Amino acid sequence: MRKKHLVPLETAGIFLALIWLAPFYLMIVNSLKTKREIFEDTLKPPSTVTFENYVQAFSELDFLRTFTNSVLITVLSVVIIVIFSSMAAYALSRVKSRLSTIIFFVFVAAMLIPFQSVMIPLVTIFGKFEMLNRGGLIFMYLGFGASLSIFLYHGALSSIPKSLDEAATIDGANKFQVFWYIIFPMLKPITVTVAILNTIWIWNDYLLPSLVINQKGMETIPLKMFFFFGEYTKQWHLALAGLTLAIIPVIILYFFAQKEIIKGVSEGAVK
Amino acid sequence: MRKRDLSYWLFLMPVLAALLLVVIAPLLLGIYYSFTDWNGIQTKGFIGFDNYIALFQDERFVDSLWFTVKFSIVSVILINLIGLSLALIVTAKLKTNKALRTIFFMPNLIGGLILGFIWQFIFTKAFAGFGSIVGIESLQGWLSTPGTGFWGLVILMSWQMSGYIMVIYIAYLEGISKELIEAAEIDGANALQRFRHVVFPLVAPAFTVSMFLTLSNTFKLYDQNLSLTGGGPYNSTQMVAMEIFNTAFGRYDMAYAQAKAVIFFLIVAVIALLQVYLSKKREVEM
Repeated sequence: MRKKHLVPLETAGIFLALIWLAPFYLMIVNSLKTKREIFEDTLKPPSTVTFENYVQAFSELDFLRTFTNSVLITVLSVVIIVIFSSMAAYALSRVKSRLSTIIFFVFVAAMLIPFQSVMIPLVTIFGKFEMLNRGGLIFMYLGFGASLSIFLYHGALSSIPKSLDEAATIDGANKFQVFWYIIFPMLKPITVTVAILNTIWIWNDYLLPSLVINQKGMETIPLKMFFFFGEYTKQWHLALAGLTLAIIPVIILYFFAQKEIIKGVSEGAVK
Repeated sequence: MRKRDLSYWLFLMPVLAALLLVVIAPLLLGIYYSFTDWNGIQTKGFIGFDNYIALFQDERFVDSLWFTVKFSIVSVILINLIGLSLALIVTAKLKTNKALRTIFFMPNLIGGLILGFIWQFIFTKAFAGFGSIVGIESLQGWLSTPGTGFWGLVILMSWQMSGYIMVIYIAYLEGISKELIEAAEIDGANALQRFRHVVFPLVAPAFTVSMFLTLSNTFKLYDQNLSLTGGGPYNSTQMVAMEIFNTAFGRYDMAYAQAKAVIFFLIVAVIALLQVYLSKKREVEM
């Protein structure tokens, strides 16, 4: 039964939600105006809707290519993180030894290291080996993403009984088969969490790609957006259309997978 | 699988190689560089603690550190207050609570760089437009003074991260059994008393998690800083992460930037160890 005293609470909630949405509303509304109309009034809806800005922003951002670059980097990195972190966590959780404990501890401790503390030597080392390219970038994402992923997988693996491994081994499966056909499918819920957390992070990352793949034609969305914005600072009609384009893919994904996303983020944070 | 098995190492090798080359080697090399006069290409050798002595007299660095501390404290408090309030609203039996959660959480999916650009428009254009309609003079010229730059960053981060912290508080709030609350209600406790004596002690662990999560996120902030204020006006809103970046890639003072980076690492590590200590202590007490 709904109670009367919830009405003020609901009103407050809706009011706050409108405030939360206001920046998005203003961004979209103004992206549909001409430069002149934004100058005259930022708050009113457009008198006549124009998609000119979008057409121009789309081509200036080289949007299809930029989008493809982002998808490529994110998907490859996440797949590699999922595969290698789950394997490592499996080895560390099944072999109970001092060495495993130490390795696990090192991975967890590495989570504390802020990016800026390793950024300068990292670029130097990878520059020496001529690895400042997409392959290098994906490898770096594995290095930075492995810690949290191993930590999450390690936790999930502790609740999968060892007797399962043993039964499969007796049936003649080798270690890779045991892991891929028996254990990995059972880790699916945590794999979803790991994939979501890493996707959000890598998709939105700006600083690392700006140091590693700062070349024409390779830019991811945040990287391209940075240069685009620098060029059109005084032309808000174009800048806002570009910004709207940049967040559309994320909003679409959120619309379809919001339950998994919110669950994944809360699991990742609480553990 | 045993330790000496080849498969143990095969399973571990890819991530170990990545961690070693991407995190451990740069960290150690960075500490070494910080004691030299390395310029990015070569070094003449050790110069002892010269870089470290210099950076504590470096106004730019000290100012950025102080700004970061102020910003982090104010943001942590606001984000947690707002985040907890949002969580309390959306865990009530509201018709709209699912939609509300979706909306409050949404900013977290979008990169800090893009959010900063959006808010740059809000602060400089929409604030000014709204200000002239309602006649509030102080809404003009946002981000052009150190004060509005500071509060601009605080507002942006509160708007973004409150929804994230809300999700954490929700996880704890929904773990509280309904019977417990009802029992307190029957015993005559009013809403405030129920919150103070029943709900609050049970969500206390969420405070530790949320406080440190916001602290480490705000302390290490870079993207939003870059896109909202760019450190301006006159470097007055430049945070430590950006100061390190500019020392290295703006002024190419590599060894010196690396010394700053080591100090930055030490501060972040102390914060994290404090969190581990406090949550362990709580576990013992419970």
